[in-house]
Amino acid sequence: MASIEKDSVSGQMTTGHEWDGIKELNTPLPKWWIVIFWVSVIWAIGYWIVYPSWPTTSNYSHGLFGWSARGQLEEDLKDQKLARSQWLSKIEAASVEDIAKDKSLLNYAMVGGKIAFGENCAACHGTGGIGRPGAYPSLADDVWLWGGTLADIQQTITHGVRNSDPASRGGDGSATMPSFGADGILTPEQISQVAEYVVSLQKTPAAGSPGEKIFNDNCVACHGQGGVGGGIPGAPPLNTAIRTFTKPTVEGVIAQVTKPHHGSMPSWGRRLDATTIKMLTVYVHSLGGGK
Amino acid sequence: MSVFNQHKVLETNVFFLAVGILLFVIVGGLVEIVPLFSISSTIEKVGGVRPYSPLELMGRDIYIREGCYLCHSQMIRPFKDEVERYGHYSLAAESKYDHPFQWGSKRTGPDLARVGGKYTDDWLVRHFINPRDVVPESIMPGYPHLRKPLDYSDIAAKLETLRAVGVPYTDDDIKNAKTDLEEQVRSDSSDAAILKRYPKAHMGAADGNPKAISQMDALVAYVQVLGTMVDFTAVKPETIRR
Repeated sequence: MASIEKDSVSGQMTTGHEWDGIKELNTPLPKWWIVIFWVSVIWAIGYWIVYPSWPTTSNYSHGLFGWSARGQLEEDLKDQKLARSQWLSKIEAASVEDIAKDKSLLNYAMVGGKIAFGENCAACHGTGGIGRPGAYPSLADDVWLWGGTLADIQQTITHGVRNSDPASRGGDGSATMPSFGADGILTPEQISQVAEYVVSLQKTPAAGSPGEKIFNDNCVACHGQGGVGGGIPGAPPLNTAIRTFTKPTVEGVIAQVTKPHHGSMPSWGRRLDATTIKMLTVYVHSLGGGK
Repeated sequence: MSVFNQHKVLETNVFFLAVGILLFVIVGGLVEIVPLFSISSTIEKVGGVRPYSPLELMGRDIYIREGCYLCHSQMIRPFKDEVERYGHYSLAAESKYDHPFQWGSKRTGPDLARVGGKYTDDWLVRHFINPRDVVPESIMPGYPHLRKPLDYSDIAAKLETLRAVGVPYTDDDIKNAKTDLEEQVRSDSSDAAILKRYPKAHMGAADGNPKAISQMDALVAYVQVLGTMVDFTAVKPETIRR
């Protein structure tokens, strides 16, 4: 070990370590670094006093002003609500019909509705409500399974379809189509006949066909005379090519009549506040030219 | 030479260095770990949080097996934008029966802490099989193998193990674990026995086949209960403010 000495080039002291004639400098930390270090230590002590930090045996120090992250959030949300209240309080107070009549309010509600739709509804109904063939209905056409008025749409969004919410659409089983094939109510031949008739409704109804009689005996109560719909909510019109689960072909109708698919939708009143649902309602109503 | 230059004595002596490190770790441990066991405010006192039902528990194991936590967090932080998108911020109480908890640390996909009830079973099943069937821009992998049958032969032992680490399953819960699991898939009655033991359990066969219990049924039952146990309309904000 060499002796600790002053290095002639840098003017610093050496540590006394030496390897093959190379000596190690003992350069002290720069002044600015030392100053910042001690200022940080003092800052930390101030931080302990002002903010919640130290645990005690059964609690923790709450800090001088009792600050908390969750309390801060409540303040932030209050400020945000205030900033939006110019419009949101109007929407809160107005009915969906009134919102639709007031141009400036409608503009605001449409923007809010579009954002809420993207986060909550687009997963099934697609961006802009284009739907998903074979799975989820389009909201951008004229067919409304559960009614296309503002009030109907608001009700459907609030309680959903066929879920555990007692007020959900069809939740009481009132809109469940019987399994005509699987439960043996109709024979396969009758199902084929009625399917031919149902497909004919899209253009020229096959009057006098055996399918027409089967249709009138079994289907009219829900799907309406000539398949115009409107029998009960949830039963779609059949005189269009618009389908949710199948293609509008004979095979498609046979599949649905034999063992029907039924859609369901969550109860959004459980997740979203009434104001958001109102904004969603006017937005959805606008997509398909609601009634 | 000030006192701060004297640490060389400690640092160059192995014995003193070891003693110094030991003291440092002991003090740090005492201050940081011990209070967690005695502070009563760590876990909020809210109603509704219950142990997972046997089917949910199997679903949770699948969630861990498939590594869902690598891309999905279950932790809504108390920030304005998170609360706006996902709902009420997560409480410690909501994961008090999670061993281990699934808070996660990275969001490639969205947070799932309150995903329960957001989607229908039908959507979840389609999405698990091939996410792009319902969300065209999704980068999540498909999990079609979840349609395979669920092996739940060791469900009672799982409950018992969790009881050993503090989850309050009763003898009754353990004895009925297998039938509870089957009932949750097969029953659609609103007064099924399992709903008394595990309120708000999501009933039904997600994949539409109540005869065979699939891994899909279990995962959907788990996902559908996430974040739904606490009724926040009954919680006063000042009681959970931290």
